[in-house]
Amino acid sequence: MPMSIIKNTAFYALVVVIVVCAVFPFYYAIITSFRTGSAIFTIEYWPTSFSVANYVNVIASGSFARNLLNSIIVSACVVTLSLLMAVTAAFALSRVRFRGRSLLLLTILSVSMFPQIAVLAGLFEVIRLLGLYNTLGGLVFSYMIFTLPFTVWVLTTFMRDLPVEIEEAAIVDGATPWVIITRVFLPLMWPALVTTGLLAFIAAWNEFLFALTFTSSTETRTVPVTIALFTGSSAHEVPWGIVMAASVIVTVPLVVLVLIFQRKIISGLTAGGVKG
Amino acid sequence: MTASPSVRSELLRQRSRSARLFLLPMILALAVVAGWPLLRTIYFSFTDASLTNIDAAKWVGFKNYLSWIQLKSGRTIYSGLLVDPAWWNAVWNTVRFSVISVSLEAVFGMVIALVLNAEFKGRGIVRAAILIPWAIPTIVSARMWGWMLNDQFGILNDLFMRVGLIDHPIAWTASSDTAMIAVLIVDVWKTTPFMALLILAGLQMIPGDIYEAARIDGVHPVKQFFRITLPLVKPALMVAIIFRLLDAMRIFDLIYVLTPNSAQTKTMSVLARENLIDFDKFAYGSAQSTLLFLIIALMTMLAIWIGRVRLDGGER
Repeated sequence: MPMSIIKNTAFYALVVVIVVCAVFPFYYAIITSFRTGSAIFTIEYWPTSFSVANYVNVIASGSFARNLLNSIIVSACVVTLSLLMAVTAAFALSRVRFRGRSLLLLTILSVSMFPQIAVLAGLFEVIRLLGLYNTLGGLVFSYMIFTLPFTVWVLTTFMRDLPVEIEEAAIVDGATPWVIITRVFLPLMWPALVTTGLLAFIAAWNEFLFALTFTSSTETRTVPVTIALFTGSSAHEVPWGIVMAASVIVTVPLVVLVLIFQRKIISGLTAGGVKG
Repeated sequence: MTASPSVRSELLRQRSRSARLFLLPMILALAVVAGWPLLRTIYFSFTDASLTNIDAAKWVGFKNYLSWIQLKSGRTIYSGLLVDPAWWNAVWNTVRFSVISVSLEAVFGMVIALVLNAEFKGRGIVRAAILIPWAIPTIVSARMWGWMLNDQFGILNDLFMRVGLIDHPIAWTASSDTAMIAVLIVDVWKTTPFMALLILAGLQMIPGDIYEAARIDGVHPVKQFFRITLPLVKPALMVAIIFRLLDAMRIFDLIYVLTPNSAQTKTMSVLARENLIDFDKFAYGSAQSTLLFLIIALMTMLAIWIGRVRLDGGER
C-alpha cells in the first residue's frame, strides 16, 4: 500500500516539525548556557562544549539568588491567598442562591479581562499609600488582580458540577456552611485546587509589568525583571551565556511541573474556555 | 427530607448569610486591587498629575485627550491624545499585531489540534512538547529568541543562510522592516499551544460516528474537514480566538524586552507605561491607559455576547 506509506510518512514528518519547533529554542538556550568564552560566539547545533561557569557566575554574582527566593515567596503567597479567598467565594457562588449572583460572576469574569496597564496608575498610588512600594507584599497584593478572578471562576465551575446529594446529609445533620466547605467539599476538591494553584503559581512566577513598576531596588526584584534587565557594559554586550543560564534556572522547575501535571493543566486551561 | 419548614427556612437564611460573609474577602480584595485603581486611573487622565507629585493633581477636563488654541491668525492648533501621531501609531501596531498573530495562531493551532486528535504512537510526546513553549515565561522566551535572532551570532540567520532563504544576515529585532516579524514569530511560537489545546478540547467533543458515517459515504477527508469538523468546532474556536485577541491587545512584556526601541512595534501598553513611568507624563499615560481600557471593555462585551458564556451558577 504505497499510498498509505506516503500518508504516514507525511504525517510523521509534520509531527517531527511540530516537536522540533516547540522544543528547539529551549534546547538551544540550554546548550548555550553551557558554553563560555569565545565558544558562545560560534554557531553550533549540537552540544560541543560543556562548562558550568555561567551557572556559577549567575548564582554567585549580583542578586540573582535573592531574586529567585523573592519569586518563590511571592508566588507561594499569591497561591495561598487566592485559593483561600476563592474556595469560600466559589462555594457561595456555586451552591447558594442569592440575588445578583449572575452579575457578580460577570463582574469577576470581566476583571480577568482587564488590561493590567489600565490599573497601573491607580495601583501605583494605592501601593505607595499603603507603604507597599518596593516590597514583596506590594507584588503579592497587586497579583490578586489576575489570580483571584481566575481561581474563583474555575473553582466555581468545578463546585457547580458536584451533585447536590453530597451536601444533603451534612445539611440534615445541621452542619454550618463552614463545616460543609472544610469537611465535605475540600476533600473532593484537591484535583481542582492543585490545577488552579499551579496555574496561579505560573502566572505569578511569570508576571513582569507590576514587578518592573512596583520595585526599585535589585534586592526586591523577581527573576523575570532581573533577566529582562541583564545588560553588559554596553547595550551591545549582552552577557548571553549568563542570561541563558538564568533563563534555564527559572524555566526548568516550571517545565518539570507542567510535564508532571500536564493532564490537570490542560483540563484547567480549557475549563473556562469551552464550557460556553 | 424530614426537616420541618421553619427549620428549613432558618437553614436557608443561615446559608445565604454565610454566603455573603464568604464572598466579602474576595469582593473587598478585587475592589481595592482592581475597581478603585481603575477609577483612579480614569480620574488621573482628567488631571495634570505627575509621577513625583500625584497628590497635587488638579482637574483639567479633557485637556489630555483633546485641546485646542486659536491663534490670532485664525488658525486652530489641536493637541492631546486624539491627535497624537505616536498614539495612533501604537494603536495601529497593536491592532496589526493582534490580528496577524491571532490568525496565524488559529491556523497553526488547528493543525496541531488535528494532529493531537488523531490516534498515533508518540501522541503523548507531542502533547508534552507543545506545552513547553506555553510553560516558558514570556520574558525568558523573549530573551531566548533575542539570542536566536541576534544579527551576528544568531542561529536563525545561520540556518536561513544555509537553506538559502536569505543571502546576508538580518538584524531581526533592530531593523525597522523586521522588528514586527520578530515579535510575531516569538508570540506565535509561545501562544499557539494554548490555542491548540482549546481547539483540541472542542474537537474531542465531536462524536466519532459522524466521521464513521462520512467515511462510509465516501466523503473526501478535506471535505469532511470543511463540512463537519470546522462547523462543529467553530464555537470552541471562536472562544479561543476571542480570548487570545483580548490578550494580544494588551501585549507588553515581549515587546518591552525583544524590541524596546522600535517605533514599529510600540503597542498601546508599552507607550502608556513609557509615559506613566519613564517620561513623567503621568496624566497623559493615564489617558492612554483609559482609552486602551475602553477599547478592551468594548471588545469584552462583544465577546461575552458572542460567546454566550454561561453565567448562571445553577441551572444545567
